[in-house]
Amino acid sequence: MDLFIQLTLTGLTNGAILALAALGFVLIYKSSDVINFAQGEFLLIGAYVLFAMLVQFHLHWTIGLILTLVVAVGVGVAVERLVLRPLIGEPIISVIMATIGLSSLLRAIVSTIWGNQPRAFPPFIPSKPVHILGATVGADRLWAIAIAVVMLFLFNLFFTRSKEGIAMRAVADDQQAAMSMGISVKHIFAWAWSIAAATAAIGGALVANIVGVGPELAGFGLRVFPVVILGGLDSIPGAIVGGLIIGLLEAYVGGYLGMGLNQVISFIVLIIILMVRPYGLFGQEIIERV
Amino acid sequence: MLRGFRHTLNSSRLNPGETQLRVQNVHLSFGGVAALTGISLDVRQSEILAIIGPNGAGKTSLLNCISGLYKPQQGSITFYDGEKEYDLIKRRPHQIARLGIARSFQNIELFRHMTVLDNLLAGCHIHMKSNLFQSLLYWGPAQREQIAFREFVEDIIDLLEIESIRNKKVGTLAYGLQKRVELGRALAMKPAILLLDEPMAGMNSEEKEDMARFILDINEEHGITIILIEHDMGVVMDISDRVAVLNFGQKIAEGTPDEVRANPLVVQAYLGEDHALFTVGAGGSHA
Repeated sequence: MDLFIQLTLTGLTNGAILALAALGFVLIYKSSDVINFAQGEFLLIGAYVLFAMLVQFHLHWTIGLILTLVVAVGVGVAVERLVLRPLIGEPIISVIMATIGLSSLLRAIVSTIWGNQPRAFPPFIPSKPVHILGATVGADRLWAIAIAVVMLFLFNLFFTRSKEGIAMRAVADDQQAAMSMGISVKHIFAWAWSIAAATAAIGGALVANIVGVGPELAGFGLRVFPVVILGGLDSIPGAIVGGLIIGLLEAYVGGYLGMGLNQVISFIVLIIILMVRPYGLFGQEIIERV
Repeated sequence: MLRGFRHTLNSSRLNPGETQLRVQNVHLSFGGVAALTGISLDVRQSEILAIIGPNGAGKTSLLNCISGLYKPQQGSITFYDGEKEYDLIKRRPHQIARLGIARSFQNIELFRHMTVLDNLLAGCHIHMKSNLFQSLLYWGPAQREQIAFREFVEDIIDLLEIESIRNKKVGTLAYGLQKRVELGRALAMKPAILLLDEPMAGMNSEEKEDMARFILDINEEHGITIILIEHDMGVVMDISDRVAVLNFGQKIAEGTPDEVRANPLVVQAYLGEDHALFTVGAGGSHA
């Protein structure tokens, strides 16, 4: 029973971080139909920039985190401006290829600046072990869950209350009509990329706090795919639920069936989902009427 | 009867009859195919101007030029708001929309996965002022603004009699209702000019009557200028103040419905193509 609780807590925290990475991914797909292969690199940048703020510039973590978010938003805007905008009107596959190129570029920039050695991260969130129901878990892992919940809440408010959120949904549905409502599609894309980069940066900072910084953080980019396929590529709640399910699944499989299998289980799920329910749990079922 | 409409729908500051939009010598071609050749047209504040013509005459192309989706190679399109004049050809679609030029589309272009209410709120986009943080906190001015827009949108819902479907996803609605929602979304922009591309296409006669009534209401009670493309000649002759006739990318006639009906060029353009102009209400078939 202790093992079960332990695995559940681990799974939930990993799932929460996966969900944060997936949120940005879904946001970009939802507003612009682009599958962003550079999402993992956004986590990487977030983690390394915060690392630089804390270790190299000796800033307080609050200021460091705010500056990291500012940098992330800047990266998001730059990517939209320099990579995506010139490709408007090009086939969607070209845009997707461009994001693959972007991921290599960003990873190279990070390793040029900070090198390839994994480094210890000065914990900015207390990682003191907490005992819950006989299981032990780092406090930073609980924070990860709390932050993911808050982000979900904020995203929901964003999409229902703010004019940018409503405009983003409008652009996702019909760009031409959105333009004729006075919505600047380019601005909305810039918003989507900045928010995606910022949520990924928060995710990156949380992972770094738990395991330290290193180039392998970018691997989260691939682990996002099972999450979004399970939840539905265009569903915000799907990103959260998908993240938690994949996180838990990996933890249980790793704990009960042995390490190694947990690395592939989510991709097995991905293939099964694609076969039986290709639009995911919450995704929009696309019906082609002929 | 429901409560009256308490908001201003019309954002124009011109007096009725003043020139609001001037299309001058507009040429548009796609590759070697000329869609519009030298179209000139004046639109006056608070009139209903119908653009008619056989299929492929360039009606929708003209509308797309006004709303910025197409860029004419020659000519000018000028919009007057009472203070300044704006060259529309230099502006992008969303900038033109911000001047108060709203439109509906021939094939419905609604935000299908959003509710009717959210579609109308998206139409309010250009008038929403509060910034992201205020709206997320739902605090102070943002809260007041949200409430004001909800009330405004409710008024449009009342006006178009779509109360019962306000929370439905638009994609699930019947065709006629979708057309109505699209009109409502354009109204939510508080338009100075409303461009309607075949607002009654594919409707039954009852739905057409409703739509004609809404268009007349919007025009008479709120003074909104309406430019309308429509194939149903009965409706066109009934509701428009002026009619412009296009054929092969050229304007061949312009005037009151009666003048246009009597114009020999118009008769010629429609002969062999569609006798609807002359058989209004007869419902005869031309087998």
